[in-house]
Amino acid sequence: MASVPSDLKYSRSHEWVRVEGDVATIGITDHAQAELGDIVYLDLPEVGRILQQDAQFGEVESVKAVSELFSPVGGEVVESNTGIADTTEVVNQDPFGGGWLIKVRIADTAELASLLDAADYEKFANEHGGH
Amino acid sequence: MPHQTIFEKSRRGRTGANLPECDVPRVDAAETLGAGALRTSLPLPEVSELDVVRHFTGLSHRNYSIDAGFYPLGSCTMKYNPKVNEKTAAMPGFAGLHPLQPEETAQGALQLIYELQSMLAEICGMDATTLQPSAGAHGELLAMMMVKAYHAERGEAHRNIVVIPDAAHGTNPASAARCNFKVKGIPGNDSGRTDIAALEKALDGNVAAFMLTNPNTVGLFESDIRRICELVHSVGGLVYCDGANMNAMLGLTRPGDMGFDVMHFNLHKTFSTPHGGGGPGCGAVSVKKILEPYLPTPHVVKSVVGDQATYTLDANRPQSIGRIHSFYGAFLLAVRAYTYIRTLGARGIREVGENAVLNANYIRARLADHYEVAFDNQVCMHEVVLSATRQKVQSGVRAMDISKRLMDYGLHPPTNYFPLIVPEALMIEPTETESKQTLDHFIDVMIKIAEEAKDNPELLKTAPHNTVVSRLDETYAVKNLDLRYEPIFTATE
Repeated sequence: MASVPSDLKYSRSHEWVRVEGDVATIGITDHAQAELGDIVYLDLPEVGRILQQDAQFGEVESVKAVSELFSPVGGEVVESNTGIADTTEVVNQDPFGGGWLIKVRIADTAELASLLDAADYEKFANEHGGH
Repeated sequence: MPHQTIFEKSRRGRTGANLPECDVPRVDAAETLGAGALRTSLPLPEVSELDVVRHFTGLSHRNYSIDAGFYPLGSCTMKYNPKVNEKTAAMPGFAGLHPLQPEETAQGALQLIYELQSMLAEICGMDATTLQPSAGAHGELLAMMMVKAYHAERGEAHRNIVVIPDAAHGTNPASAARCNFKVKGIPGNDSGRTDIAALEKALDGNVAAFMLTNPNTVGLFESDIRRICELVHSVGGLVYCDGANMNAMLGLTRPGDMGFDVMHFNLHKTFSTPHGGGGPGCGAVSVKKILEPYLPTPHVVKSVVGDQATYTLDANRPQSIGRIHSFYGAFLLAVRAYTYIRTLGARGIREVGENAVLNANYIRARLADHYEVAFDNQVCMHEVVLSATRQKVQSGVRAMDISKRLMDYGLHPPTNYFPLIVPEALMIEPTETESKQTLDHFIDVMIKIAEEAKDNPELLKTAPHNTVVSRLDETYAVKNLDLRYEPIFTATE
């Protein structure tokens, strides 16, 4: 079964968030990468872009489909993991580590309250098979 | 010498042509064109005529087509294309036409276009039709252009939103976006249909159109369709029908009567013209009266004086959105579709719809114990969407593995992973042209594969085993896209 680290927050569109200070690191979950299959292309935002909560920030393309990426929190993009453009398989292999996608300076920490914790996300993912 | 490219079969100096001596003075190309314009090498294969014949005959034997076997590729309507279509399309009066020859010398061809326009309008319950678009998506684009022109002329150019269900074909949002519309997606309900509450919430005075496939992409009829059309009309929007699944409704019900304002047909699906190697297709578009002035030009019209009918290409349509295809579209496809409709007649057309639906439900009923059927195993229309979630949970076998294993049994796989809202989707569209024996064979193989998934999942995960090439590395192919073959010339013998 897909791994769901307990120290992260999760969105219903299958992104994870790791909060350190006022910066949120965001990626897609192990469940999401398994559903998508081999990831072949990432479209990530430039540093400086301002995102609203739940706004689309990019796209992930696998051999099966293209899926939109949504930001679980609003804020400014301070880092974008463009270094993995040619090694997108790292998102499949290490979705919670080297496969992170963007870092956002959180505009309003209150938004974090709407996210799921690990137990709730696991339940949600089991009920909603697709990404 | 299996699996060699034609370049690998090349031997220097070998030739398939015997040209006569040059009987005009030779010209030095380097002098005429300039030495810099000449290539130093042009690595074309050097082969005999027999080499060429065997090479391409060998490749053709590896092809899979509807003429070779069952082809249940959902959403694509891979029905049998009757050979009489080819006979009429090859008639010299049609095949030998020049697109610029005078109208009075092409009256038969223009009459055929006019009558096909009228027959399609009658079949879908609309008022006028154009045959210009090259494919379904081209038809969608045309429809969105006409919707835009319609609103603009009514002083409502501010309408910039097109609402589309999340199960739609990906071309729908692409066509709307191409016309500068903003796309608003709405989720479906638990029965696999349009969520009326979500639609109502999405509708306001900025909505230009709602695009809907009916039967929808899950193979289910939108039973609230009249209500849906009323809701969209009540805010001043138009309703577009993606006619990709028209085969299910032929002669049974008509989008125009449901309230749709505009729709496209895929002649290459519903009316048995070839799907081709990516084309040419025909995405004919039919419209209600309100959109007729915006149809592309030239439009074939009929005028009658006494008992004499004349067909002309009308280019004088000031509200038209203009031309969207060279000349009149893919005319010989129109000949094939016309032949198909005239061969079947009204009753035959209805039987197409009835049998397409019956065949899909037969497959659904016999496979429902072995696979999950999306949205609770309801009666479906022309296609049934299975889900391999049971196999995935049991043994990690996924939809793709099942499809690959089908190839081992000599069957074309169904559509995989579409619609996206169904996990591990296997979308099966048998069409009306398959016999019960063929359907039973396919079903028996699917049941056998479901058993293999339990007993020997590795067999599926490594399939196919009996094909010319085994499982392809799709990831490598996508990431290392190389469309140009560069021969390495070492052959000197």
